[in-house]
Amino acid sequence: MAKPAELASTKELIEKYIRRNGVPSIWCPGCGIGTVVGSMLRAIDHLRLRQEDVVIVTGIGCSGLIYNYLRFDGFHGTHGRALAIATGIKAANPRLHVVVPMGDGDCAAIGGNHFIHAARRNIDLTAIVINNQIYGMTGGQSSPTTVQQSRTSTAPRGHLERPFDVCELAKGAGATYIARGVTSNPIQLADLLERAMAHKGFSVVEVLSQCPVQAGRRAGRSEPWEMLQWLKGVTVSAKRGTDDVSLGKFITGELLKEDAPEWTEEYDKLIAIAGGRS
Amino acid sequence: MTGVQSNSHLLLSGNEACAEGAIRAGVRFFAGYPITPSSEIAETMARRLPEVGGKFIQMEDEIGSISAIVGASLAGLKVMDATSGPGLSLKAEGLGLAVMLEVPCVLVNVQRMGPSTGMATLPSQMDVMMSRWGTHGDHPIIVISPCSVRETFELTVKAVNLAERFRSPVILLSDAVVARMREKVVLPGEVEIVNRVRPAVLPEQYRPYAAGPNGVAPMADFGSGYYWYANSSVHDENGYEATSKPEVATRLLQRLHAKIYEHLNELPQGEAFMMDDAEVAVYAYGITARAAKAAVRMARERGLKVGLLRPVTIWPFLSGLVDPYVSGLTALLVPELNMGQLVDKVREVVGGRSKVESLSRYDGQIITPEQILVAVTKIMGR
Repeated sequence: MAKPAELASTKELIEKYIRRNGVPSIWCPGCGIGTVVGSMLRAIDHLRLRQEDVVIVTGIGCSGLIYNYLRFDGFHGTHGRALAIATGIKAANPRLHVVVPMGDGDCAAIGGNHFIHAARRNIDLTAIVINNQIYGMTGGQSSPTTVQQSRTSTAPRGHLERPFDVCELAKGAGATYIARGVTSNPIQLADLLERAMAHKGFSVVEVLSQCPVQAGRRAGRSEPWEMLQWLKGVTVSAKRGTDDVSLGKFITGELLKEDAPEWTEEYDKLIAIAGGRS
Repeated sequence: MTGVQSNSHLLLSGNEACAEGAIRAGVRFFAGYPITPSSEIAETMARRLPEVGGKFIQMEDEIGSISAIVGASLAGLKVMDATSGPGLSLKAEGLGLAVMLEVPCVLVNVQRMGPSTGMATLPSQMDVMMSRWGTHGDHPIIVISPCSVRETFELTVKAVNLAERFRSPVILLSDAVVARMREKVVLPGEVEIVNRVRPAVLPEQYRPYAAGPNGVAPMADFGSGYYWYANSSVHDENGYEATSKPEVATRLLQRLHAKIYEHLNELPQGEAFMMDDAEVAVYAYGITARAAKAAVRMARERGLKVGLLRPVTIWPFLSGLVDPYVSGLTALLVPELNMGQLVDKVREVVGGRSKVESLSRYDGQIITPEQILVAVTKIMGR
């Protein structure tokens, strides 16, 4: 995959990939999802993926509406099932680059089983887990990544339960590429997404993102800039070493990359042994 | 069963015949999850699909498997999944998804006794209403039900073809007896194949949800450059979000229904056996129809004018099988392995023109010809 000499401008990306009659978007001002979409488009463009070879599969929630604004083949459907749908698409046509943006609720709660098993299978999909630690669209309920004690509409006295670490979950389940990005650093995010899409196997990029309206408001950070300042404060780059982990910070950057047999390639071998033509 | 030969005598189970029918109809992707009494379909597909260049995947759960076949169908393959009642409950979500996205797919439901885990190895016909209304929201669905191993093969081919024709999920409603009994069958050399209509226009002109002349919108394979949006929320003819547009929602639901209800003559109606002079008709489907046919023969030997109406398409309910005979009938008897499900629809269609009586069995056992004969004799006052 040869790379172009120069990065495409935002205007060029918009003209190529954004469906103009879809905008303006439904997202609240200051939402982090737009930043993730921008970084995703930069990654796709920089990798020079053929537009017709990219499929965007989404689930339900604010992130589930990403496809509304894009020009690819795309899916928006049942809550939590994006990775199972994506598995079928990829198995049917392994040429396709299937990119699966999900929210934390979509991926780690109702879709948790599909998430760990897609990782176990090491099927070549790219999961983007946009983690804003809240169910935004339905009105600010607790999610599996909501931190303890924070207030949500279903935890008015503070959230009792411990949160998932999405990257550790992916690691335990067998994902072969894992990275964590943050919307306060979109350049790093685009780079991580590009590496994830280029990786052969199941790749996961968790993106710490901001929901000023449903999460920030209840945490005294209702301004988007306050949320971004907070995200900067709770994250630290993996390149800086791991000393900050003990302070409870989230490490950003590439966390795992390993080679392992990929499902569709292994299945093609099985077809060859069985005497079929793939 | 290894690579099945055409035109030779075979001893197959219904589940094996189903898998072979799917392969012959062109199914090249199967996602499954183990469940009694349908597992042999998945097992046979796991062995057979790689031999024809197709893929089998055992998913992590029932919801995952129906989701995966929807995905594979979007990418252009003919697809199937198989389950039984407890799995059907979980797949309700995926069925509605396939209806709304208009994705061709076949779901086999091998009925066992319920509710819940019920009697896992024993037959029922208790999913008749679940197969019609199992997913939420107003929706059309095609459900066809075989009564023999040979017919399981034929109707699996038919189910795949109907799914492709109507861009719709199709349920093959089998039961634990039809699925697991072995019968001698001769498979045909060739079967009719129907492929979904793909767009003939340029991508800029493509509207994935605009009905063509046959009532169905052409469907582009993901990856073919059409950039279309498979959108399960209410959408316009381009697939774009229209979740606050009542007039778009009205048009969409009407079109989803019209594409099937305006072409009912394309669905397999069924069989009328010894009906020309019948005074009483037994209306039966699936395994119960086998017993009913034997009962009709026994009744005829006793000089009783009894016939059989055997619907193959269960949903939509085809009144065309019943209507020509109703005026000559004193009664219809509807035997079912449930507490009376399809009988209500028969009553509605007959509308008082004839008596309609139910014969129920719901203990995991099949209805015998003798039971049906006794009921018929009683109805006829003999």
